[in-house]
Amino acid sequence: MAQVSFEGVTKCFGETAAVDDLTLSVTDGELLVILGPSGCGKTTALRLVAGLEELTEGTVSIGEQVVNDVDPKDRDVAMVFQSYALYPHLTVAKNIEFPLRQRGVDKEERATKVKRAADTLGLGALLGRKPAQLSGGQRQRVALARAIVREPLVFLMDEPLSNLDAALRVQTRADIVELQARLSTTTLYVTHDQVEAMTMGHRIAVMSEGKLKQVASPQSLYNRPANTFVAAFLGSPGMNLINGMLVESGPSGTEPEGAPGPGTLCVAFPGASVPLPAEVADFVRGAGPDVVLGLRPEAVHLSSDGSIGASVVIVELLGAETHVICTTETGTRLIVRQGAAAPRPAIGESVRIGVAPDPQAYHLFDAATGERLGPS
Amino acid sequence: MTTVTAGIGGVAEPAEPAGVTVSPAPRHGLRTRKRKEALLAYGLLLPALVLFGAFSFYPFFRNFKLMLYETPPVPGLPAHYVGLHQIGQTLTSTQFTQSLVTTLIFVVLVIPISLILGLALAVAAHRKLKGMAIYRMIFSSTVVSSVAVASVVFGTLLNPVVGLLPWLGINPNPPALESTTWALPAVAVITIWQFLGLAFIIMLAGLQSVPDELLEAARIDGANAWTRFWRMTVPLLSPTIFFAVIVSTIYAMQAFGAIDILIGPMNAVRLHTNVLIYNIVNTNSPALGNNTGQAAVMATVLFLITLGMTLLQMRFLERRVSYAR
Repeated sequence: MAQVSFEGVTKCFGETAAVDDLTLSVTDGELLVILGPSGCGKTTALRLVAGLEELTEGTVSIGEQVVNDVDPKDRDVAMVFQSYALYPHLTVAKNIEFPLRQRGVDKEERATKVKRAADTLGLGALLGRKPAQLSGGQRQRVALARAIVREPLVFLMDEPLSNLDAALRVQTRADIVELQARLSTTTLYVTHDQVEAMTMGHRIAVMSEGKLKQVASPQSLYNRPANTFVAAFLGSPGMNLINGMLVESGPSGTEPEGAPGPGTLCVAFPGASVPLPAEVADFVRGAGPDVVLGLRPEAVHLSSDGSIGASVVIVELLGAETHVICTTETGTRLIVRQGAAAPRPAIGESVRIGVAPDPQAYHLFDAATGERLGPS
Repeated sequence: MTTVTAGIGGVAEPAEPAGVTVSPAPRHGLRTRKRKEALLAYGLLLPALVLFGAFSFYPFFRNFKLMLYETPPVPGLPAHYVGLHQIGQTLTSTQFTQSLVTTLIFVVLVIPISLILGLALAVAAHRKLKGMAIYRMIFSSTVVSSVAVASVVFGTLLNPVVGLLPWLGINPNPPALESTTWALPAVAVITIWQFLGLAFIIMLAGLQSVPDELLEAARIDGANAWTRFWRMTVPLLSPTIFFAVIVSTIYAMQAFGAIDILIGPMNAVRLHTNVLIYNIVNTNSPALGNNTGQAAVMATVLFLITLGMTLLQMRFLERRVSYAR
């Protein structure tokens, strides 16, 4: 077991930096998920640990050792590929045995370890088959068995669930979490699927365009996104982001009826002014004035005395809940998540949207940098 | 009274009861359409059928008839029927058996060397390096060079006065193309060189179909370059190698251009380079053998050998081939 660290790692392909000055460490026994859209550099980061790509700058260490110039076979890592990369001409047993054989493990020990790995993943009956004779889920388990069989320092998993159907994915997700907890092997898991990231990761590192955007536990990532990218990327649907200005409501008499009293800090945008709770206002007073207000879909609701006016564009029924998609008069899209029992507005209807009084519901970001204002 | 009429495909069906009129048009229309489709299909096949018929099928079957007729040694006289007599006579002749042995040596020289070299070049050119496209073009270029040009070039290189060998200080006596020992290897080298381009292209295409991820997985699993090549690349390349073996066998069995140009039918060493296909050509030639019947017998033997070897290879090699991905 070992920790994995990236220190100022940059990897360029020609002029483009696939990974840009990445500093990140995975603690011993941790399952860290690297999350990001395609092309964000997450797979490259994983391949740098495996040794399949050479670094342009920085250092990658496994345990105490800097592995920049260490051959992949000497890094003691095991990788599960998106395509599984099973050896098509070898049987399941030979596939699982391959890494042991390459390391000169003697025959008896090989047989024992292959059997143990196969039993762990329920592959006992399939050992004589070739990969082509297996289903997607079975192939996935063979790939996992091949990874665990030699008890490596680090597991590297590159979107291992993306080729499975939805039901199998949910089950295998739980299986991998359980397996990782049992073996407590340091694991780097790459995915573009935020549900996978949220359910599996001890911590999540969110990447975009080669840069690390935030690394935190799933809950704090969701509750306190460090920037607008993380805010919008996490959550399904993502956070509503509204460009506005921080203004202090004064006794000018121009505010609409029901407006907050003088001295209340508000985020104003055409057609609406959202007052901020005192706790939030204290943190952001003096910032801006251009800000982005972030509101999770579950933190807003349709209400006749809501502070934001909008019209309904689409109503999506999902069974347990409904998403009401609206646009404000400036064209900003807002999604309201409500229970299935709540009355559904008609398409085209003018509605007012209110915000939950909970200070946690308000996220404010600097409009220029996209960085979070207030406590992180 | 009920009358019964046969419908499409011979299925009997009762005639419509009186008073009910059903239009027969759809069924009739379907039949016409099917006939039209069939006509179109045959029409499209026709050019290919005519060409294959005239240049492949007709000569192929005509050859069997020729085996039964003996041609008099003097041109112009009619061939006469001799039955199976000529077949036995040809197959037991020393010229034929010698020719068969020469062919075998030639094929054994050409196939392994051209395939191993082709694979080696393909592996070298498969690397993602700058300027590799130029090497690929060079390596595959032999496929478009004509046998005449290749023979002249190699003939010059082997020339005892102005060639590459004397320049290198190698002066075999007699010169390679006049030596009973070296004439066959020399023409084999030209054939290898000519086939190399195709072998290279086939192998490179095969290599490109081996997924990078498999080799990367093997690398992480601890396999060094040598193991990756033998335990991953070669097994995954086996369908390609299998195909290349069959193609090269057929190619080597039918190659005689270099022999004809560099050795020729009158050369003293011709018996040492007299591969079956060349023997057939000369035996049939009015100026040389003028023995169409014997040539037909040998052509049939060559056909059967090629067919037999291809079937054998398919039977034995295919079992060892990993097709599944």
